[in-house]
Amino acid sequence: MSTSRPIRVLVTKIGLDGHDRGSRIVAAYLRDAGMEVIYTPPWQTIAGVVKLALEEDVEVIGISSLATDHLIVPKMMAALREARLDHVGVIVGGIVPEEEKPALIAAGVSQVFGPGAGREDIVDCVASLGLQARERRADEFSEASR
Amino acid sequence: MSQSAVQLPLPGFEQAQGEWRAAYGRQMAGEAPVRNRSGIEVQPLYTPRDWASERYLDDLNFPGQFPYTRGIYPSMHRGRTWTQRQLIGLGTPEDYNQRVRRIIELGASAISLLPCCSGFRGIDCDEVDTVLLGTCGTVINTTDHMDQALDGVPIGEISTAMNDPSPFTLLAFTLGVARRRGVDWSRVTGTSNQSDYISHFIANHQFYRLSLPGSRRVLLDHIEFCRRYVPNWNPVSVVGQHMQQAGATPAETMGFTFSTAIQYAEDCVRRGLDIDDVLRRFTFFFDISISFFEEIAKFRAGRRIWARIARDRLGARDPACWRFKFHGQTSGVDLTQQQPLNNIARVSVQAMAGILSGLQSLHTDAYDEAIATPSEETARVAVATQNILREEARLCDVIDPLGGSYYIERLTDQMEAEIEAVIAKVDAAGGMYKAAEAGLVQTMIGDSALAFQEQVETGVRKVVGVNCYRIDEDPTVPPADRPDLAAMERHVERFKAFKRERSQVAVTRALDDLARAANSEGENTFGKVIDAAEAGVTHGEIVACLRRELGFGHPLVIA
Repeated sequence: MSTSRPIRVLVTKIGLDGHDRGSRIVAAYLRDAGMEVIYTPPWQTIAGVVKLALEEDVEVIGISSLATDHLIVPKMMAALREARLDHVGVIVGGIVPEEEKPALIAAGVSQVFGPGAGREDIVDCVASLGLQARERRADEFSEASR
Repeated sequence: MSQSAVQLPLPGFEQAQGEWRAAYGRQMAGEAPVRNRSGIEVQPLYTPRDWASERYLDDLNFPGQFPYTRGIYPSMHRGRTWTQRQLIGLGTPEDYNQRVRRIIELGASAISLLPCCSGFRGIDCDEVDTVLLGTCGTVINTTDHMDQALDGVPIGEISTAMNDPSPFTLLAFTLGVARRRGVDWSRVTGTSNQSDYISHFIANHQFYRLSLPGSRRVLLDHIEFCRRYVPNWNPVSVVGQHMQQAGATPAETMGFTFSTAIQYAEDCVRRGLDIDDVLRRFTFFFDISISFFEEIAKFRAGRRIWARIARDRLGARDPACWRFKFHGQTSGVDLTQQQPLNNIARVSVQAMAGILSGLQSLHTDAYDEAIATPSEETARVAVATQNILREEARLCDVIDPLGGSYYIERLTDQMEAEIEAVIAKVDAAGGMYKAAEAGLVQTMIGDSALAFQEQVETGVRKVVGVNCYRIDEDPTVPPADRPDLAAMERHVERFKAFKRERSQVAVTRALDDLARAANSEGENTFGKVIDAAEAGVTHGEIVACLRRELGFGHPLVIA
């Protein structure tokens, strides 16, 4: 497995909310850490995120949510699976009430970062998810070519 | 700026000061400079030498007297306390109606209305995943919905602040309801919050719907229409809050806000409107951060700068135009998800800063604001905080109680200089519209946001529970209020039925008229928006029509 290629991350917002201070800061953190960040304006559709993830060949998706858009993240996870993007790691950052976190984790989200999450924690998490995604996909390829 | 050479004679001052400096230096050798959020270096002590009291009449004067540094009215909060205006909006129009009626029963004379995020996006409830509807605001798409939301609410007697970006459909619905109930439009009072489209493009992408030039045109139509037909309505609220929430420093925020106000005022004059008639209806809306003294200095400097801008730069002759009227909201950015009850202390300090600054109305955040849309219980604590500060701490007893503090006066002067430097930068870029178009302001705000975050990350700026005094605990807050999904589904079904059953001929005609007005410079789009709303055209249809004719709003700069 090669680790020389930078990890590719999509940082985006789905749904209705446009508050993007958090997503911009996280995008800058990841970029500073040497990752390739694909950044979009807010209000992406689920279908749009899937398409972008495919086209840009990303290994991690970061969804920023301030105003309840995390409620449709489980639907996005299902759409990613349907598009055979199971290997892609997904994190959510922003305002997610405690009682609504389990539903996101159950849907396959790896980590939910709240306000005050540290730069290093976020960068480390994305980096390890990126490497995991790369390994998983390599496994899939080798299985497919067998 | 008011550093004059004249100084009070104080025999022995220099010697005493020298001794203190030496003693201080011995104890504090190697101390790093301390800076506030606007980057101003804060000294350990201020003295009579930091402020030239001979300039009292020019720079401070008495409350209600130019340049209003100490307050815009003679009696300020001692005569009339600030308006408690809590933002509300959740669920269906019926849900909103229940909550707002309870607030009015408790004695509120002013209400607010926050629409659902789908409304901000310019779409109707039948175009959105139902789980997202009503989670952050009320789902109001038609005049009928507004009628339900305001059922039993005396719209001619209560002031309403609406988060209503262009093309101002919520006000259009309200005016339709007023007509149905026989309430004269001159009795409709309140404010079009979120009318400041430039702030949406540069700092808060939540609210924009139309293209930048389209928004410019529609705001002017709105102002012109309201001045003529809804005379007691404030059509413009210039929003500094967005910029500070997005990361601008307090000084940058005040500077950008004034540059925006100047842009709108000059646009009105170019349209042929009378500056005195328009400017008296300008209001402002700001964030109040926990940087206590800096915020107080920001607002005091703001009053002085606006008075001079309005009188000298914009040429308004009516003193009503010189008065800097503002609503403050305690800053959500300062609140933490960790140890959420600590937020009650933060909000108290922020609210104190706002009150001591002489604000006209105040929204205090609930302590779960960093986690969810406030529940009824946490919202009650927020309101109680204001009552305690007024009734128990008696913050209203003295006007501008920090005036004359060497520190506050010096800081007010310094903030004034910083703010004026920001205005000059925007002027050099050709004004706020051009500066926003070119991305100048967005870049400045983005840089400040990142710099602030760096300070938190490195521990230079302490946040209790986040980068110091951390404890292991689960945040204990009441669960988030989510609207009843079944009720929301029924609301959407009724909306679909309404669309099927209304007069399609009237709808088509109204939309044609609106499109025609949008394409004709001499016509007023807002009048046609009201006509369309009364003909049963929905919010989403009105926005879609104007987007087709005037262009869709897209972010101007991306990180």
